[in-house]
Amino acid sequence: MWQWIHKWGSPRVFYRFSLRVTPWLWCAAALLLGIGAVWGLAFAPPDYQQHDSFRIIYVHVPSAMLAESCFALLAVCGAIFLVWKIKLADMVARVAAPFGASMTFGALVSGAVWGIPTWGTWWVWDARLTSMLILLFLYMGVMALRYAFDRPDSGGRAAAVLALVGVVNLPIIKYSVDWWNTLHQKSSFSLTQAPSMPASMWVPLLLMMLGSYLLFAALVLTRTRHEILRRESRSRWVRALIAPDAGSSDTGV
Amino acid sequence: MSSDSGPQWRRAFCAVLVRDMRLRLRHGSDWGSPLVFFALITTLFPLATTPDPVTLARVAPGVVWVAALLAVLLSLEALFREDRDDGTLEQMMFSPVPTWWLVLAKLCAHWLMTGLPLALVAPVPGIMLALPAQGFWALSLSLALGSATLILIGAIGAALTVSVRRGGLLLSLMVLPLYIPVLIFGAGVVRLAGEGAAVAPYLAILGALLAGALALAPWACAAALRLGQDS
Repeated sequence: MWQWIHKWGSPRVFYRFSLRVTPWLWCAAALLLGIGAVWGLAFAPPDYQQHDSFRIIYVHVPSAMLAESCFALLAVCGAIFLVWKIKLADMVARVAAPFGASMTFGALVSGAVWGIPTWGTWWVWDARLTSMLILLFLYMGVMALRYAFDRPDSGGRAAAVLALVGVVNLPIIKYSVDWWNTLHQKSSFSLTQAPSMPASMWVPLLLMMLGSYLLFAALVLTRTRHEILRRESRSRWVRALIAPDAGSSDTGV
Repeated sequence: MSSDSGPQWRRAFCAVLVRDMRLRLRHGSDWGSPLVFFALITTLFPLATTPDPVTLARVAPGVVWVAALLAVLLSLEALFREDRDDGTLEQMMFSPVPTWWLVLAKLCAHWLMTGLPLALVAPVPGIMLALPAQGFWALSLSLALGSATLILIGAIGAALTVSVRRGGLLLSLMVLPLYIPVLIFGAGVVRLAGEGAAVAPYLAILGALLAGALALAPWACAAALRLGQDS
């Protein structure tokens, strides 16, 4: 177990692994997102009440899910970094935070655009919307805190503590539609029940969600690889990697 | 844990509590400024919006609570800074008593010098903002409970930013999102009391938030302070 952790915590092993799997991840993500987007936007039947405006769901739901998952990832990485002092976890947390923040922003904006045809307003002070807004602020706090320190290590640890504290917001977002009487509808998609919409509507949504997760994984792995090169630029293996053909593009710098 | 650690813990707690309160009392501005700030902010609202008592009465719970929240937030920035600069914090970490226990003592002292006075004077801005009289006790009670939670949560941020230069803005950026639940239920208590409705459920939630913060925050604070010392 310990050997396994140390093996995968080593930037060098991770770099090799990432280099091998990311091309597949990028391709799979592009494929799923492509099919999902075309199917969802062009071929899925229009909703009987919302007509074509419901198609925003294909952007809104995946970005909202990623926004939450990404914060959970920040917290998990933060815990690993604080407890076992594995630097790789900090690198992942660092590169994932801006992506999560942009997904949260995307979910809020797509929700606002969707709100106009369905609710008649850009914004309501409803529990789901407000807790998402808090999530955006938490992301900003985590990122600002990281760069406030002179030494990147202290910034990473401080950001990890804040991510762990901020994770209390995730169950609030998740259950806000059940706990409070909100304008935002309840989740119509779950692991345990059949979806309440026809397959031609939810299959593209599922594809979009899977595709977004793959895109997220590919992006985080690629950016972590760049981060490894940046931070480990003094180590021997990185030099050996770059020195023989400094101009080649597959080193990722 | 040895059998005589109980009295030792109690002595250490009292020593930190008394020391912090004495230091605050000697510097009048330390405990006076948040109160003046609180009064000033509540004065700004009627000037900026409208002096009409009916409108003011409707927004009064929120305005008083936001002002108190900002006053607590401003007072937190200096919570650990002096102790860090003069080495007291380091000594606290070397103590055989766990750091979280001493942090808890410091936070108790801070609440007695900031949160409690805010809760006690809050009815005065309440009168000026035309808050209905039956809301006064709810205002004081909710602020007494809520300010303790605010101090506990904010202390985590203060501990994280203790080594950052000009950490004040950063502190607000980190802590304000976490303050929102306390603000919602705290102002909710006052609003419901003003309407003559039952406030017990909201007070219970405020108490639950306090209990949760009390259990987790001193521990997180101590961890954050230790991180700051390592660097």
